[in-house]
Amino acid sequence: MKITEQEVRYVAGLANLSLTDQEIARLSRDLDEILTHIDTLNELDTSNVQPMAQVLYDAGETATLREDRERATLGNAAALANAPAAGAGYYKVPRVIER
Amino acid sequence: MSAQVADLAGLTINEIRNGLKGRSFSAVELARSAVEFAEAENTKTNAFLTFSAERALEAAERVDRKIAAGEDPGPLAGVPLAVKDVIVTKGLRTTCGSKLLERYVPPYDATAVIRLEQAGAVIIGKTNCDEFAMGSSNENSAYGPVRNPAALDRVPGGSSGGSAAAVAQGTAVVALGSDTGGSIRQPASFCGVVGVTPTYGRVSRYGLVAFASSLDHIGPFGRTVKDAALVLQTIAGRDECDATSAFAPVPDYIAQLDGNVARMKIGVPREYFEGLTSESGELIRRGIATLELLGCEVREISLPTTKYAVPAYYIICTAEASSNLARYDGVRYTTRAEAETLSDMYRKTRGAAFGAECKRRIMLGTYVLSHGYYDAYYLKAQRVRALIAEDFRKAFAEVDAIVTPVSPFPAFKLGEKLDDPLEMYLSDIYTITGDLAGIPCMSVPCGKTAAGLPVGMQILTRHFDETGMFRLADAFEKAGGFTGSN
Repeated sequence: MKITEQEVRYVAGLANLSLTDQEIARLSRDLDEILTHIDTLNELDTSNVQPMAQVLYDAGETATLREDRERATLGNAAALANAPAAGAGYYKVPRVIER
Repeated sequence: MSAQVADLAGLTINEIRNGLKGRSFSAVELARSAVEFAEAENTKTNAFLTFSAERALEAAERVDRKIAAGEDPGPLAGVPLAVKDVIVTKGLRTTCGSKLLERYVPPYDATAVIRLEQAGAVIIGKTNCDEFAMGSSNENSAYGPVRNPAALDRVPGGSSGGSAAAVAQGTAVVALGSDTGGSIRQPASFCGVVGVTPTYGRVSRYGLVAFASSLDHIGPFGRTVKDAALVLQTIAGRDECDATSAFAPVPDYIAQLDGNVARMKIGVPREYFEGLTSESGELIRRGIATLELLGCEVREISLPTTKYAVPAYYIICTAEASSNLARYDGVRYTTRAEAETLSDMYRKTRGAAFGAECKRRIMLGTYVLSHGYYDAYYLKAQRVRALIAEDFRKAFAEVDAIVTPVSPFPAFKLGEKLDDPLEMYLSDIYTITGDLAGIPCMSVPCGKTAAGLPVGMQILTRHFDETGMFRLADAFEKAGGFTGSN
């Protein structure tokens, strides 16, 4: 076993994902199978290999800097248009401080 | 109008240009026919999620006005275009194939969309796809699967299944898709159209809803190599809204479609053909024989890290996806599950709105990034990724292009592989290597199986050598690769 149901519940907590017992059971099986397959990577000695974090960078390090030009922003109404709940120009959320 | 509608399914960009120039039809007439046709045909395939008649007519009117005024209406004037629903369109619903974004109307356009409309293209609708582009069959869409126009009981491939199906069906002349691990090439091969994944950074990702940022690409579908190249020509090039977009100049792809592929060196990687006894493999071998007849020098090469690509890919893509999808928390994007506290609201919203495959990938990605596992998984996968890129670098010191299958098999039946996620992941073996290395790659039609299912041949070239890739694909298409055994 690479992963237990208890670990799956812990990871779901980290991911802010509520899952049913049925989903937990299914995910435990699926993740176990996938993680077992992933273990084949250990056959490769990569101790002298630099990790590849990006594909390529074809320009000098300041090339992506640009002039600081004024540009119209989205605006409050457009930015909030897709909010499930908004008010007074802000996103509204349930109570944050739990007692 | 019906004559035009009937013709629509086979139109090329060039024919549209000539039709507009010769006043055989106006852009508005074409747009109206295209939307009507696409709406009527959609009952067969479910390729479109949203139609954009109003936006299409506005774009077409702009084209007609320019033509009337004697101005250049642009290289893609009047061309009916479908856009995968993970690419944002201002004022036009963009769902990402997810229930979570069912009512999401973006406040801005993706850079690729802006460039296409400036070139005169006419967006007729948004296409179905696997939820947040996660899947290889289009069965992970919250809006139902897409059916393959070549065989309606089969999948179109994924995740850009709707875009591939629309172009194959003829309801769009060209389409935009996105590719993170084969999501353009695999559906292109399953549906029998051309699908292109350009060099990473060649096309701005601004406005592409992020899945795995170090792997995501936007790319075109077309019924011909030339049409796909014309779309890439329009969308390629540096964009200051995407810091990873490349500065490299964009050459004239079309001018290079000269058919001259004699003495081009083609590598055939032995690892991609080991145990490949399927009909698809046979068609690819025949395709390679066609390339030899065209004067290409074919030689066997080795890409030894190939078998580790799938596990490396599923670490990197899920790790990045788990971060990117954290933004869907019930605060900003239309969907919220009611709860007493903020953290409960996060959990319930995400638990209720994400589909099974998204949850699986969020969980795997969160696990591999969780405390104590980073080095063993994500860092290890990045090192393996470097080895895969190095395999290609060495190979391209010897050859100009690499030719492989796109998929081990043609389109499978709906539901056939749904219960085995690992098997579905393993079927991506031939396409994810190109994404990991970030090199340009494409699928070009390479005949059909005895049952009439399309098979695509993959061509991969060096970073930014889309030119060589298109030249080879175009020569292959003209040599009859398109119809292959038929």
